[in-house]
Amino acid sequence: MLEIKNLNVHFGVIHALKGISLTVNKGEIVTLIGANGAGKTTTLRTISGLKKPTDGSIILEGKDITNTSAQERVMMGISQAPEGRRVFSAMTVLENLELGAYLRRDKNEIARDLETVYHHFPILADRRKQIAGTLSGGEQQMLAIGRALMSRPRILLLDEPSMGLAPLFVQEIFNIIRDINKAGTTILLVEQNASMALQIANRAYVMETGSIVLSGTGSELMQSEDIKKAYLGG
Amino acid sequence: MERLLQQIINGISLGSIYALIALGYTMVYGIIKLINFAHSDIYMLGAFIGYFSMTTLKLGFIPSLLLSMVFCTIIGVVIEKVAYKPLRHATRIAVLITAIGVSLFLEYTTMAIAGANVRSYPPLTGILTKSFMLGNINISMLQILILGITIILMILLQFIVKKTRIGKAMRAVSLDSDAAELMGINVNTTISFTFALGSALAGAAGIMVGIYYNSINPLMGMLPGIKAFIAAVFGGIGIIPGAMIGGYFIGIVEVLVSGYSNSLYRDGVVFAILILVLIIKPTGLLGKNSREKV
Ligand SMILES: Nc1ncnc2c1ncn2[C@@H]1O[C@H](COP(=O)(O)OP(=O)(O)OP(=O)(O)O)[C@@H](O)[C@H]1O
Ligand SMILES: [Mg+2]
Repeated sequence: MLEIKNLNVHFGVIHALKGISLTVNKGEIVTLIGANGAGKTTTLRTISGLKKPTDGSIILEGKDITNTSAQERVMMGISQAPEGRRVFSAMTVLENLELGAYLRRDKNEIARDLETVYHHFPILADRRKQIAGTLSGGEQQMLAIGRALMSRPRILLLDEPSMGLAPLFVQEIFNIIRDINKAGTTILLVEQNASMALQIANRAYVMETGSIVLSGTGSELMQSEDIKKAYLGG
Repeated sequence: MERLLQQIINGISLGSIYALIALGYTMVYGIIKLINFAHSDIYMLGAFIGYFSMTTLKLGFIPSLLLSMVFCTIIGVVIEKVAYKPLRHATRIAVLITAIGVSLFLEYTTMAIAGANVRSYPPLTGILTKSFMLGNINISMLQILILGITIILMILLQFIVKKTRIGKAMRAVSLDSDAAELMGINVNTTISFTFALGSALAGAAGIMVGIYYNSINPLMGMLPGIKAFIAAVFGGIGIIPGAMIGGYFIGIVEVLVSGYSNSLYRDGVVFAILILVLIIKPTGLLGKNSREKV
């Protein structure tokens, strides 16, 4: 579904991505884990077209999309719930969700997808008139994911959805991510919470300072001594 | 009391002008955090286009108003494309200096084409010359016209910003342009549209000042531009209703000051308001001191 080949990204003199390659197959949950500053967010921003790579290519279902705009990528089925949620704070929950469907014209289908989002996140239905900036952190995360779903993505990019959430909430978010995946959406999940991410992922990549240093199935990596030491706390 | 009411009525006309200009400052600031110094010169161009439309082309007021608005829209969008868009990732000071450059360019180009001398708008005709008394207060048809047009434009603007797709995109980009881009919103188109809206309103303000105060010149934008900017800051920069309230507030204060004391003080008082706002509530009347949740 999504293939990244030898992707290089620079911020001025900083070489943030040093030729990374990864693949996400249709129907999978793939997770990308790694320490702070490894380049996970940069990878997702480049896939969404917010940052231009200096070299390498991004291929969606066989088509090279490296030089397309962020807008075209949303249209082709790439959607992202960014790091830090980034909900439109002064707008209502419903307005945020409607903006997720900004490029769509199919009113009836949009209404149906809104119901699907409310089904995944019932709290959003209760709070549809509430100003997004006044939601709790966990609720904002739900809104960010719901908003990303409103474009009816083929692949959903999630950047640290568990960040700053209480353990119970983290469990709930991960359950929902699994449900969304079961309902047919391919997922590329960036996480700090490696143990949770590896549990739900089919496959995983480990990043360190701009490079991918390890990859394998979720259970393989969970057994790996290196991973246990570095990310799973023993 | 009657004198006070009379001054307020006069202040409303001036306030309408300031409010229309302030809206352009505030919308552009809201979306790209730029104080668009050239905005006051768009207003000046609106006054000149209205003048040529009413004299050379002999068009009536309403067609001239529309012509001014269309012309200013085009100029505003072109300025954004040529001068500001290439600097999208430049430092804010670089863009600010560019804006000052654009402002001088517009002023002196107008001077080169139309001359530096003051021009008088053609005298009004028909119903617009009339006025009536409400008790002892004199209200002219022109004042009603200015207020009426301003209100119509503000309602239209509110409708566009709140209800239309592009209006929602404008609000989204001004809240978080990266997130807006992730929704598939074309940020550049949205910024252009914001300049278009602001410039159209400035064009309307320009021609209305022409018919209200009669005289126009290529540097006429400077002082009203600064005052409208103060109005935007007073209301809370980036906040649309704030610019409307601020415009009327500054307009009325200015007229009251010149009416009750020496008219030499009126500019000073407006600047004093700016300083007070910056000391007491820098976010302006409607601004929230909110911090985003992280
Ligand atoms: N806009 C930017 N300008 C300069 N450097 C940047 C920019 N964005 C990211 N970087 C640098 O690129 C590197 C990778 O950052 P990135 O945000 O992708 O890391 P990350 O893996 O998402 O980290 P975290 O887990 O803390 O979110 C870091 O060294 C960072 O400082
Ligand atoms: Mg990150």
